[in-house]
Amino acid sequence: MYRLRFHGRGGQGIKTAGRILGTAFFRAGFEVQDAPRYGAERRGAPIFAYVRAARRPIGERGIIRRPDLVAVADDTLVTIPAAGVLAGVAPHTVLLLSSSTPAEVWRERLQLPGLLLTLPLGEVWEAAAVRFLGATLAGAAARLVGVIPREALVEAIAEELAHLGPSLTTENQVRALAAFDLLAEHAGCVSEGPEPSAAAYEPPRWVELAPEGADLAAPAIHLPATSEAVPTGLWRVVRPLVDRSRCRRCAWICSTLCPDGTISVDGDGFPVIDYQHCKGCLVCAASCPARAIRVVPERQAARVG
Amino acid sequence: MQVTAPGRALLTGNAAAAWAARLARVDYVPAFPITPQTEIIETLSAWIDAGELDCRLVTMESEHAMVAAAGAAAVTGVRVFTATSSQGLLYALEMLYAVAGWRAPLVLVNVSRGLAAPITLEPDHNDVLAARDTGFLQIHCATCQEVLDSVLMAFRLAEDPRVRLPVIVNQDGFYLSFTREPVELPDPEAAAGFVGPFDPGTLRFRASAPLSQGVAVLGGGPYSYFRYEMHLAAQAALSVYDEIAAEFAATFGRRPPPVEAYRLEDADYAFYMTGSFATRAKEAVDCLRQAGWRIGLVRPRLLRPLPEARLRELLAGKKAVAVIDQNLSLGKGGVLYAELASALYGHRGAPLLVSFIGGLGGRDLPPEEFFAMAGVLKAAAHEGAAPPPRLLFTAEELEEVHRLRAIAGAERARLKESP
Repeated sequence: MYRLRFHGRGGQGIKTAGRILGTAFFRAGFEVQDAPRYGAERRGAPIFAYVRAARRPIGERGIIRRPDLVAVADDTLVTIPAAGVLAGVAPHTVLLLSSSTPAEVWRERLQLPGLLLTLPLGEVWEAAAVRFLGATLAGAAARLVGVIPREALVEAIAEELAHLGPSLTTENQVRALAAFDLLAEHAGCVSEGPEPSAAAYEPPRWVELAPEGADLAAPAIHLPATSEAVPTGLWRVVRPLVDRSRCRRCAWICSTLCPDGTISVDGDGFPVIDYQHCKGCLVCAASCPARAIRVVPERQAARVG
Repeated sequence: MQVTAPGRALLTGNAAAAWAARLARVDYVPAFPITPQTEIIETLSAWIDAGELDCRLVTMESEHAMVAAAGAAAVTGVRVFTATSSQGLLYALEMLYAVAGWRAPLVLVNVSRGLAAPITLEPDHNDVLAARDTGFLQIHCATCQEVLDSVLMAFRLAEDPRVRLPVIVNQDGFYLSFTREPVELPDPEAAAGFVGPFDPGTLRFRASAPLSQGVAVLGGGPYSYFRYEMHLAAQAALSVYDEIAAEFAATFGRRPPPVEAYRLEDADYAFYMTGSFATRAKEAVDCLRQAGWRIGLVRPRLLRPLPEARLRELLAGKKAVAVIDQNLSLGKGGVLYAELASALYGHRGAPLLVSFIGGLGGRDLPPEEFFAMAGVLKAAAHEGAAPPPRLLFTAEELEEVHRLRAIAGAERARLKESP
């Protein structure tokens, strides 16, 4: 059985990638199971989707613990442990990163035992190409598993994106096929991982739970510390930056309108944004009367400092 | 996916449920439109909007009102479908008892999710089991195909004059509701032929002909009569189900059983569970068989009525059975375990039962745990006694709780520091 995972952020077409690849497998004669996985998150939050495909009915369910392929739409997620991109990566796992950083650099950085490939989509992805990221990744993954014909990929995109109309469907097909062709030399590099064995397995380390008293065992949140410890700022794909030369210090507007309470006011009356928790919704930028809040793509902002 | 023709297609559990309602040609769908409502209603409303489904959909202010409207519509003699999930089912609980008491035949799909507090979004069965005693019959699904098939069968079951009780068809959140699998989508004419037109019989509530469903206060005697008649009708649903299943098999070539028995014939041991993780149990059974084990799976699809005689027949002579409850009756234990024990108690050849609590809040059940549970069964059979119930919970999971607790500890420290 093939076990494949797509990782990205809400809004980057990860669910679509899973569905396109699932349908392409199905059209190629496989039994398929595919599902997106997200919780109460929103756009920008790390999410994933998974696809199982086999020549027999699939009974395995739930998240994929030992993936054969991990395809990542957004390389900023790789180093964020909460995104779980590298969870269960084994020697046979192929890692495909949509990244303008060369594969050699990633290999050096991550020191993974398996094959690591990059799909260079350039800087344009932030504006235009993001709309096609799902189909592009699905096209790449289809080539890497090597058992999906071009026609199945083309038909799967037509089927899954029919609601977008013919011109967008065609553009998605073009992008997906470009990725499919680009990775021709790696066709079939993804292999089906080992199946579980009841004769040799690592037993679960079950533990007994002891009663601990409600003081410890009630799920209470006493202070904002729990929220502080969850860096929701990693959901952000664009960053608001306060331009102090233009700011009129009417900081009560941006600070009260911030839905996450991430804007405080410093001693001089300037707003200060807590980037650990700012999700990049840009309500502040939209409401600033002086237009003193600039918006820059997160990658660019991260490079600047 | 834009599925328009019969045949095999990839469908989520939510899409399968919507398709079944469409194929059953439902007349009326009352729906609470906000979270935790499901894509089932969204899908139906899109079809109605596009003119593909001739049906009235009305959005209600709550699940409580939604079920009241569903019951009221059903007793006017129209075919009614509705859906909810988790907290929504609980909010409707009062009306679930009421409309079942009216003997209103309708079908409700519940998407199972763990209940607050604390909050989770993933599946377990405490929500649907809270509705266990309402008078709604319950069919629990393990695949998206079963969701579609069971909804079609549920209309027949609910509307049968020997039964005339509402039915809940249960599917797990995420693992079925959001998961696509190959589903055989029946030919619309064949499906309509199988479900048939709704013959409402005496259900003819009209504005021009007033009638009270919520009848006046009764003494205990008449109350007992009406309640026990519901119980008898629910029990009668067992044989009615078999008739319907035979007809379903003749029409569609599939026969969803009241109780699934997988590789059980020569088995010494068995897993016993409901819901979508049961397909993982089947994979584990295959692995264990490869390693020389004689083990199978028993999965009741019908939970109300509970096919007790069938369970006794299937499990008699087995050495030990692992009952895996994806629910927890706090202060007692697993609900399936207690129910199976009562069904087997005092009967010849009853196996040892070992209780496991697993999959709460969607917690994974990996193959290794099924293998380890088989080991526990063998040891229990050897000892001749069952060990105490076990929560499937690992040292790694306890470490995660300790990490969360470290944050809480830091909070407390700060609380004490602040004036």
